[in-house]
Amino acid sequence: MADLTTDFLGIKSPNPFWLASAPPTDKEYNVRRAFEAGWGGVVWKTLGSEGPPVVNVNGPRYGAIWGADRRLLGLNNIELITDRDLFTNLEEITRVKKDYPDRALIVSIMVPCDEESWKAILPLVEETGADGIELNFGCPHGMAERGMGSAVGQVPEYIQMVTEWCKKYYSKPVIVKLTPNITDIRNPARAAFAGGADAVSLINTINSITSVNLDAMSPEPMIDGKGTHGGYCGPAVKPIAMNMVAEIARDPQTHGLPISGIGGVTTWRDAAEFMALGAGNVQVCTAAMTYGFKVVQEMISGLSQWMDEKGYTATSDFIGKAVPNVTDWQYLNLNYVTKAQISQDDCIKCGRCYAACEDTSHQAIAMSADRTFTVKDEECVACNLCVNVCPVENCITMVEMAQGAVDPRTGREVGDYANWTTHPNNPSANLAAE
Amino acid sequence: MTLSPKTPGIAAGRLGAEVLAENFGDLHPPLERHEAHVAADRCYFCHDAPCMTACPTSIDIPLFIRQIATGTPEAAARTILQQNILGGMCARVCPTETLCEEACVRETAEGKPVEIGRLQRYATDTLMAKNDHPFTRAAPTGKRIAVVGAGPAGLSAAHRLAMKGHDVVLYDARPKPGGLNEFGIASYKAPENFAQAEVDWLLQIGGITVETGQKLGAGLTLEGLTADYDAVFLAIGLAGVNALRCDGEDREGVEDAVDFIATLRQSDDLSTLPVGRDVVVIGGGMTAVDAAVQSKLLGAENVTIAYRRDREAMGASDFEKDLAASKGVRLLTDVRPVAVHGNGKAVEIELEYTKTEDGALVGTGETFRLKADQVFKAIGQTLEGAPEGLEITRGKITVSGPGRTTLPGVWAGGDCALGGEDLTVTAVAEGRDAAEDIHATLMG
Repeated sequence: MADLTTDFLGIKSPNPFWLASAPPTDKEYNVRRAFEAGWGGVVWKTLGSEGPPVVNVNGPRYGAIWGADRRLLGLNNIELITDRDLFTNLEEITRVKKDYPDRALIVSIMVPCDEESWKAILPLVEETGADGIELNFGCPHGMAERGMGSAVGQVPEYIQMVTEWCKKYYSKPVIVKLTPNITDIRNPARAAFAGGADAVSLINTINSITSVNLDAMSPEPMIDGKGTHGGYCGPAVKPIAMNMVAEIARDPQTHGLPISGIGGVTTWRDAAEFMALGAGNVQVCTAAMTYGFKVVQEMISGLSQWMDEKGYTATSDFIGKAVPNVTDWQYLNLNYVTKAQISQDDCIKCGRCYAACEDTSHQAIAMSADRTFTVKDEECVACNLCVNVCPVENCITMVEMAQGAVDPRTGREVGDYANWTTHPNNPSANLAAE
Repeated sequence: MTLSPKTPGIAAGRLGAEVLAENFGDLHPPLERHEAHVAADRCYFCHDAPCMTACPTSIDIPLFIRQIATGTPEAAARTILQQNILGGMCARVCPTETLCEEACVRETAEGKPVEIGRLQRYATDTLMAKNDHPFTRAAPTGKRIAVVGAGPAGLSAAHRLAMKGHDVVLYDARPKPGGLNEFGIASYKAPENFAQAEVDWLLQIGGITVETGQKLGAGLTLEGLTADYDAVFLAIGLAGVNALRCDGEDREGVEDAVDFIATLRQSDDLSTLPVGRDVVVIGGGMTAVDAAVQSKLLGAENVTIAYRRDREAMGASDFEKDLAASKGVRLLTDVRPVAVHGNGKAVEIELEYTKTEDGALVGTGETFRLKADQVFKAIGQTLEGAPEGLEITRGKITVSGPGRTTLPGVWAGGDCALGGEDLTVTAVAEGRDAAEDIHATLMG
């Protein structure tokens, strides 16, 4: 069985599955149970400054979207940072870390954007013996209105400044958690890197309104007839999160900056995908909130089985392995030609490929009177929509045309690799090769 | 003395009230809202959907299922009812396993079709529970149309004609409307008086006058109707029953299955309904299964369906055959009745094995006897009381196109007319299409 031990910033954990800073990691009781259930690490729910704790709403804190069988696809929340006393949290962190020395325990922090506030809290956190800190620059609601959370994360200069303070007053690893509510994720990552961050973690939640109550005419979750945007998370955000992770992983300016991947990780496969895109580990919240702590057991067994099947003996064997294959559109091979092929043995004759192609794509599928569906190679641009709408897995496949074969659509031979940069239709084609 | 399934002879009250209530409860319980959403989500919204093609009334099934999935079952019901005004009953009695659900691509893929019938019921029940009738009448045309027979075909035609602005008089020989929906199907398929509730709901369209106890040939004549009305639609069903033509057919205890089913449907108290200890049903269609299963559910100890050909050839669908078997009915095939024995009352039935020789069914000569204090004949119904002057083909009123008979101004549909399977849903389609044709003919 593969060894899932992960070394992230020198912090060892028995597996790469950490619980993200969120309600599941709000107190000693939960965190102990999470460790007993098998979680490799925990990022303690965000601590604020000494003094009266923040307050939360007393109505619903979560909104959701569901599939037909009430499968939770996306969740949003308007909960703030911990609403428990700072010293209670610190005492609990100290006790838990002492009892679970083999697990990663990171403390998430969010205090006002001035040096004094950070200088005050960091020594207290250092005393707990926790393995590192995560700077919450991502929380998009409530705290942002007070100049914290994503209000900091949206200004790269602030990120760099606060990161520098943290490196100055704290000796262990500093992870900067990034907000996705920006235009280009690379800028805040570069700022964290410049400030000396040991790693970035992303994504935090996405500004969102999950639904509108059409009777009350208010966004959900609705508090006394009103709603506000919340932070969106869960399976629905994974594609957005993975793109942002990959953008940072392949950015030359932040090359080598460790990444903790967050955003809709629900299964072992999600974790493997994030890690292949450069994440050194993953953080999970919604899956645990949906299914409970036990869900980590599937993640552990699944990742382990997959690693065995692939011959990977350590997570470092595959971390970042997909990064070199993430490229810009302009470098994609325009001479790679495929054609959809429908397996008549597998086809159940639903006609979805036909409707999709005929109504919305390239009119490249023919339908006979007896409901036989066939691809017209002379029309097929290989867009893959038919594959995506087909309810039968692998019924429609994209078959590559060999080099030298003539594409019936264009009448041209399939040639060698060539991309847009040298394409004759590109007015700014790079002709340096000539 | 307490009776039981083992009580000899034909007797009522073999089972207690609670057991009877459970036995005759809903065969397919209605879907709850969440169940309906999960079931609806399985629909692939096929292009030019095979289920729709398979439906005799061409209901836009993918559309109505999508309307359920998006939380608008009332809109779904409207989609159903505009094609099939008896969509509520059809959702209950259609042999979906040989129609829409057989054609469902998920049947092809997994052997588990989308539950179209139950979803249709969910939609139509939701609308009918609100007592909402989604159709209104067009401006009055001044035309008057007689519809003879208030079964599925007649009701369907009457509703469509009324909707088009015509005034309809709907005649029926029985004391109440509904036809086979009311008198001819097993009780557990449409419990809680659904057939009458549906008729009442249908009549909300207005413009339909129901005249019960009016039979063609006994008071009503086709000449009179064609003289009094602008058009006539005949939907008189098959009122006759085929005879066994075997010795002892006149013995006490030998009855028509359709009468038994009708009596059962009209009974207020099933514990007063007599049934034999040893029941033998002759036939292989839906009527045979309905009679056999209900005999068993009433408390008969032994119930046997005896059919002259093999199981494959039975008119009843696979689902119906399996249902019968699951209720403890014995399916005996390749046998035919030779005689009913007994001294006045039926005691035994003598059956002979059959085989097919040169395409013809013949007896093998080998016979045996089964105990039988009650024998139900379910070997088919026949056209009875068809008016003079109409051409008849193979025992049915000859029609062409949308129900046109050989007489001008006279249309026919449902079981009495040529063409189509003898199903509720087919009758509804024929009634609807004849109504459209009558409308087009009258309005030029």
